[in-house]
Amino acid sequence: MTLDNAIRPDDTSIPHTVSREPFDPYSVEQLSPEQERYFLASQWKMMWWRFLRHRLAVISGVFLLLLYASILVCEFLAPYGTGTRDHKASFAPPQTVHLFDNGEFLGPFVYGYDFKRNEITLMPEYSANPAKVEKLRFFCEGEKYEFWGLFEGRLHLFCPAENATLHILGTDKLGHDLLSRLIYGARISLTIGLFGVTLSFLLGIVIGGVAGYYGGWVDNLIQRVIEVLRSLPHLPLWMALAAILPKNWSAIIVYFGITIILAMLDWTGLARAVRSKLLSLREEEFCVAAQLMGARPSRIIGRHLLPSFMSHLIASATLSVPAMILGETSLSYLGLGLRRPIVSWGVLLNNAQDIDTIVLYPWLMAPAIPVILVVLAFNFFGDGLRDAADPYK
Amino acid sequence: MFAYVIRRLFIMIPTLLAISFLIFVIIQAPPGDYLSTVIAECQSRGESGCEDKIKFLQDEFHLGDPFIEQYGYWVWGLLQGDLGYSFEYQLPVSQVVGDRLWLTMIVAFATVLFTWIVAFPIGVYSATHQYSLSDYAVTFFGMLGLAVPSFLLALVLLYLANVYLGISIGGLMDPEYIGQPWSWGKLHSILQHLLIPTLVIGSSGAAAMIRRLRANLLDELHKQYVVTARAKGLPPGRLLLKYPLRMSLNPFIADIGTLLPELVSGAVIVSQVMSLPTTGPMLLRALQSQDMYLAGSFLMFLAVLTVVGVLLSDLALAALDPRIRLGGGATK
Repeated sequence: MTLDNAIRPDDTSIPHTVSREPFDPYSVEQLSPEQERYFLASQWKMMWWRFLRHRLAVISGVFLLLLYASILVCEFLAPYGTGTRDHKASFAPPQTVHLFDNGEFLGPFVYGYDFKRNEITLMPEYSANPAKVEKLRFFCEGEKYEFWGLFEGRLHLFCPAENATLHILGTDKLGHDLLSRLIYGARISLTIGLFGVTLSFLLGIVIGGVAGYYGGWVDNLIQRVIEVLRSLPHLPLWMALAAILPKNWSAIIVYFGITIILAMLDWTGLARAVRSKLLSLREEEFCVAAQLMGARPSRIIGRHLLPSFMSHLIASATLSVPAMILGETSLSYLGLGLRRPIVSWGVLLNNAQDIDTIVLYPWLMAPAIPVILVVLAFNFFGDGLRDAADPYK
Repeated sequence: MFAYVIRRLFIMIPTLLAISFLIFVIIQAPPGDYLSTVIAECQSRGESGCEDKIKFLQDEFHLGDPFIEQYGYWVWGLLQGDLGYSFEYQLPVSQVVGDRLWLTMIVAFATVLFTWIVAFPIGVYSATHQYSLSDYAVTFFGMLGLAVPSFLLALVLLYLANVYLGISIGGLMDPEYIGQPWSWGKLHSILQHLLIPTLVIGSSGAAAMIRRLRANLLDELHKQYVVTARAKGLPPGRLLLKYPLRMSLNPFIADIGTLLPELVSGAVIVSQVMSLPTTGPMLLRALQSQDMYLAGSFLMFLAVLTVVGVLLSDLALAALDPRIRLGGGATK
């Protein structure tokens, strides 16, 4: 504190000081650097810290990030294309990747198949031949592909040995490599949930916002509509809607059609949340102030009301992604969703229709594993976000 | 209470009307209808007597009439208990559906019971033993139950049940009992076959219920009155049963309404996999072949089931909880 302007009659009397400088409270009560970091942190920063404390959510987040990154470079990651058929390997079982051959380290390799047809059942039978050691190649030239339809490339993360085949997860009836199709399937299955949620998010915010802000008969009407939609069983309705899509539509339009169908029944939960929040928030002073200053309703809702609970909305939107992914999987599994030649996890699971499959070709159920993992990861991630959404609690 | 019941019943009417309209729009939406199919078939075959058939269809089912009129006739028929006519089976819908509705309801009922019996003790245990090893295990399995697609679970369980328990695959009873009069053997066979569908359909519902019950009960356990009661020396078991548990029971009852649509959705896909003689596979076929009255009446039936379920759960809640009866909403 400066004492420049202090009045000092003499040194013995008690000094009487009146500082004209603005008083800085921090000069009296010093905050330690940690405290300062904590007290002055922005809301988003605190949410981030709180989110980091939720171990499982962080791990899930990283996992999802990696998966979504992988759909950018499917062509590079997958050893084969989606349409590539290995005519010699129908229903070939998965090949195990080995590291040691007779105690000798060789790096990752697989044993080649010996093919034989069973003379009685006429079923193809494959057996690993220890004499055929086929080493994997990495960052290699393999099958030609068009990267996102933009330019051609041949570089793959890994490919089979020269003049050999590689089916780490086995093949289906037509000899498609399952692992490659699984990698490509992520592109469809993961984005359909994301697009669907974006759509239902917009619908939910707009409709719920209107209902909550205006109240009265608008609110009543929207509430009734939501009630009607919620009282219908989702899957049968999805099925009915999916049955409407004309059979002659191209694959990409069907994809968007399914996305819209998934979103059409999903927005109600979000709209309800938005409405109930808005109903209480619109009575707050800052909202009245904005109204008095002549702000339009769309500005008040979008600029003043929504941001105050945006984090909650994002968290609950994250939690509804898995429902969409499962919805797509179920629809495609029933043959009402996406159709070949689109490759999604649900379409792949469509091959595992009956119990014979489990007994004879259990590897065809492999696409269920990424579905389960992604749904779990989204659930954990969403839980973490929800806990972090209110960092002041 | 009486006024409340009346009010709820009156709300139901517009809701059901709106639902029926929505369903009719959906089943009418695919391009073309059965009438144009018949006309096209007749013309290609050049059969005689086509005029009669077309006229019969137009007179009886008002095909070709304006949309609103068709809707009106359909709803009017529904009100009189006439579900319409299935073009594919050439039979009235009520005859085609017949037993399937009852079997669907049996499966749904068994599943609700299963969900409650499983979710209740596990939810209470995991709330009272928060952060214990078993709590984590339950939470993990609950998450897993929500994440596994139900058709996959059905396939795997069917396989396991067949290999280890020797239950025959598919159907709702052993083949020799189909079409036979009721007997103990038939009942036993049905119960045996109900096991897996109930397990599969109920698992995701039970998982969700456990999580909600746990959260609710934890909220209650941290309230002041629990501390007070404990300080006054109430035995822990009695304390738990008498107050917090009662409060956290609401979701069980409130969930009947939302549980039913979930069950039906789950049942559709699972019965498709397991070829159960319930409504699921039939609905799928009807939707694919544009058998519109069959599909429409099914969807309507499911919706009515749900709306009535919601009504029942609301009434039960109101009977149990005066706060709701006196005007507030259901607390979740």
